[in-house]
Amino acid sequence: MSVLVFVEIDNGSIKKLSQEAITYGAEVARMINATATVLALGAADESALAQAGSFGATKVLHASDPKLTHENSMAYADVLVQAAHQEGSKVIIVAKSGLGDAVAARAAAKLKASVISGITSLPEINGNSFKVTRSIYTGKAFATVDIRSEIKILAIRKNAVEATETGNMATVETFSPALNDANFTAKVTDVEKSNAELSLTEADIIVSGGRGMKGPENWQPLLDLAKALGAATGCSKPVSDLDWRPHHEHIGQTGIKVAPNLYIACGISGAIQHLAGVNGSKCIVVINKDPEAPFFKAADYGIVGDIFEVLPRLTKAIEASK
Amino acid sequence: MKILVCITNVPDTTAKIAFVDSDTKLNKTGIQFIIGPYDDYALARAVELKEQHGGTVTVLNVGEAEGEPQIRKALAIGADDAIRVNAEPTDSYFVAAQIAHIAQQNNYDLILMGRESIDYNSGVVHGLVGEMLGIPSFSPVMKLDIEGTTAKLAREIDGGKEYLEAPLPLVLGCQEPIAEWKIPNMRGIMTARTKPLQVVEPVAVEDLAINERYSQPAPKGQCKMIPVEEVEKLITLLRTEAKVL
Repeated sequence: MSVLVFVEIDNGSIKKLSQEAITYGAEVARMINATATVLALGAADESALAQAGSFGATKVLHASDPKLTHENSMAYADVLVQAAHQEGSKVIIVAKSGLGDAVAARAAAKLKASVISGITSLPEINGNSFKVTRSIYTGKAFATVDIRSEIKILAIRKNAVEATETGNMATVETFSPALNDANFTAKVTDVEKSNAELSLTEADIIVSGGRGMKGPENWQPLLDLAKALGAATGCSKPVSDLDWRPHHEHIGQTGIKVAPNLYIACGISGAIQHLAGVNGSKCIVVINKDPEAPFFKAADYGIVGDIFEVLPRLTKAIEASK
Repeated sequence: MKILVCITNVPDTTAKIAFVDSDTKLNKTGIQFIIGPYDDYALARAVELKEQHGGTVTVLNVGEAEGEPQIRKALAIGADDAIRVNAEPTDSYFVAAQIAHIAQQNNYDLILMGRESIDYNSGVVHGLVGEMLGIPSFSPVMKLDIEGTTAKLAREIDGGKEYLEAPLPLVLGCQEPIAEWKIPNMRGIMTARTKPLQVVEPVAVEDLAINERYSQPAPKGQCKMIPVEEVEKLITLLRTEAKVL
């Protein structure tokens, strides 16, 4: 029996979000005296997949059929279920993401398993009792869930565990599932990828701008700070509504929810809908000229001042200290 | 074209969340309930597609009678009829099983809903329903057009957008900017009163998971203010105190 971890692949390697999922799976495996097996789909480097061992996995099943290289939740769930049967897995872990949730959902329906998404910590396991804590109301609360189904599928939120590296290598085995044509009826006609090097959901540091930036032409100091920090950039809803920044940068209740180690908000007042998208962050810095901005109440560090003066000084300080 | 739009009845985005009965129930006092914002986008697009292609839009809610004002609002926005499955929506699997059961009795070309509900944020119901019905599901869909029996859609992927063509029927989780939210007009509100709202009892589904209790995040400590003359200090604090750099 093993805990099965579905991982997402980007450019042949395991995504950072999925590394945490492997660590989580390995921890659960330890609790139930099992091992952790990783399922990787599509084109990937074998040596990169073996790195799964560093996060605690014993084995990697690699289904390398090129049909599986393109994200396809229907086909991925089908293959995941076949792997779960082969491994006798009763616990399946995915990283919470659009793809992770979709794969988890479709696999759950096939396995009549409960699927719990947004888990924030390791489970409490006592004999047959298996309880998890998940984030609800967009981070405003938590629920403790008693999972009763025999098979359990858990979608793990970022920072639920810290991905720790041991340097061990996992063995990589070829996995050859049956692929069902019915899962490949959709045709991808085009893909637009932003040229940002770092995706918001994977970034450790995010620098984000609001209406206080006063216009799209003023973004340079924010971009400079982000570059100095190796950070991704985000924005508030009004900014994306005004087309100052692209929609995929919109962080908040109806945008992307992020959970970086450090979130720096520049000229964002902190509407409750924005806070809902960032409340998983470890440390929040707010820079705003209005001392009454509600965001300061949710911040760890605050600076009341002119962002166009503060940002270049911060960038300089970081570069000087490198 | 027959479209089913599944809506959730959820606390407003600005609602303060608190719990009662030893933290086992949401405190609904003073909370305004709304159609889930993502569901509202799905509904708006469904009504537009009906205007373009003809057909019907049915609204489905799995929930108790207290959600009927939201169902009437959906009818006022332009849905033709509504079904309420009379049950407390306990978990995603239960809700999906109810939706799939209704869908099996009606041949919908499209089943639309929000990418996630804003109470539980799971984002799994569309995938569950798709699998239960044996049809494809996609989410989050930000653009949707229908040509004949093919859907042309765009969905958000990690750091970008993907354009797809897929044969109907489909289950789609929607988000902005698929359509602009619609506000009911007076005529819509009047006609909504007499549009059919059918109440059906749920099908039995085994309890796969139980919400045992709820809790709230620990309150944030005091925000440390750094005088603007000393902004450089922030970098030191982030390194040595917060340890995030």
